[in-house]
Amino acid sequence: MGVVTPQYVQIVKPLQLKSGYVLDSYHLVYETYGQLNAARSNAVLICHALSGNHHVAGIYADKEKSSGWWDNMVGPGKPIDTDRFFVIGVNNLGGCHGSTGPASIDTRTGKPYGASFPMVTVEDWVETQAQLADHLGIEQFAAVVGGSLGGMQALQWTLDYPERVRHAVVVAAAAKLTAQNIAFNDVARQAIMTDQEFYGGNFYAYDTLPRRGLRLARMLGHITYLSDDSMAAKFGRSLRKGELSFGFDVEFEIESYLRYQGDKFADLFDANTYLLMTKALDYFNPADSYNGDLSAAFRVAMANFLIVSFTSDWRFSPERSREIVKALLDNKINVSYAEVTTTHGHDSFLMEAPYYHQLVRAYMDNISI
Amino acid sequence: MNETLNPATNTLRPDFAAIAEWIKPGAKILDLGCGDGSLLRYLRDTRDVFGYGVEIDDDNLLKCFHNGINVIQNDLEAGLSGFESNSFDYVILSQTLQAMRHTEGIIQEMLRVGKEGIVSFPNFGYWRNRMQVIAGHMPVSETLPYYWYDTPNIHLCTLGDFEALCHQCNARILERRVLSAHNRPVNFFPNLMGILAFYRFERRT
Repeated sequence: MGVVTPQYVQIVKPLQLKSGYVLDSYHLVYETYGQLNAARSNAVLICHALSGNHHVAGIYADKEKSSGWWDNMVGPGKPIDTDRFFVIGVNNLGGCHGSTGPASIDTRTGKPYGASFPMVTVEDWVETQAQLADHLGIEQFAAVVGGSLGGMQALQWTLDYPERVRHAVVVAAAAKLTAQNIAFNDVARQAIMTDQEFYGGNFYAYDTLPRRGLRLARMLGHITYLSDDSMAAKFGRSLRKGELSFGFDVEFEIESYLRYQGDKFADLFDANTYLLMTKALDYFNPADSYNGDLSAAFRVAMANFLIVSFTSDWRFSPERSREIVKALLDNKINVSYAEVTTTHGHDSFLMEAPYYHQLVRAYMDNISI
Repeated sequence: MNETLNPATNTLRPDFAAIAEWIKPGAKILDLGCGDGSLLRYLRDTRDVFGYGVEIDDDNLLKCFHNGINVIQNDLEAGLSGFESNSFDYVILSQTLQAMRHTEGIIQEMLRVGKEGIVSFPNFGYWRNRMQVIAGHMPVSETLPYYWYDTPNIHLCTLGDFEALCHQCNARILERRVLSAHNRPVNFFPNLMGILAFYRFERRT
């Protein structure tokens, strides 16, 4: 992809959030890859997951190891081919990578929003992404693509703006979280909120970070994104020093790995954003307004769909994807569904399994622009 | 309709034409074990159908994508629980029945999901097959191109066997078509002279 540069847009149209809160103005940071064609018919929106951002592909100038989070999927000649498509990555509202979020300054107070930043939902994100599309002069997306929480946004797009999405590629997602999934999210939130450095979400004022809480949240999350088999294959019971040391310091490789991942994340990610993202996950349930009838919810959808799940993904299991497929079938919507055999759990959607990438490539190649 | 060129493999597929003749234009179709999707593609192009294929094999799924048809990756042996009852005009099982473990189960599911079912299978009662058995060997032929030790076909049957199963499953046979080795309709002694059998059936109410 080469070197890319983020761009900013200030949206001054007030945004009425699902919670009722009105945000008068906000900004979004985004990146684009490839060229928008003259007919403006080749735009693809990539929606990010919990800890993702607008930096989908490419690298930043003068910064090593700055590849985008989906660089194996998006780029010239890649499954989502930027020689053909104009691809957009955007950091969601409430994020911590440049879009207006809890760490942003609330102009009314001159201080970071912190705990006062409103709850954001998948529907709210779709609305802000539609504002960005307007700004870029994109009437209709060739495709809206996302994995996990990003897949939920792709689904919501087809419900809120049916005529603006020709294709939705929904990977390792769900039409709603299960109780178990919400439970994991709440443990993660509790880890953050009970950290003494959290200060009720206003830790910015104390020049500190709830590192411990965020670290635990990430460690827990990470376990659930992998599978038992992949952890066994990668770490097994390997010991750091080759022998037991009979203490509580790191002994097993898996401990070392998780702590490293947790530490890295705790320094880079905003705790309030983590809370918001997990809540958005929990709230998502398009069937809610239709007495739990997902098929009724999808009655308005007009897009063609590709739904992909991974056999080893127990956090967003194939069953959840099949529920989406069922709702689409019930509405006589064009849909293809692939269940990819992998061992990497939920994280599979970020990895480069040949069959998975071939599927996405074949699907994207069939999209007429 | 005469022999038809299969666009995906560039081979002649008379079975496609036989099935297509039964399909009302614009129908909604479910093609079970759809392979590379070429039958669905053919029906879409010639009969303007709307449909989905069901296929388990990764390579075949990719071919379906290249053929531009809707395909759902699913194990037929697990049934069709992802499909609503009575939601398709036709549910097709083309030359797949003989390779399935849950033969009776899939017929029941076809009757549940479709208004009509269409099944095609190689006729084990074809005289050349019978000759090979008499000669002391499991048949190997154009429609049964496997040796006994590497065949995916575990439930081979004759016309008579299939009709008995339909009766048992409460399926009313609406139409039967039997093709000879030269892809011509067989009218006399079909269970002996037919190499490929096609049945169209519905639920008996």
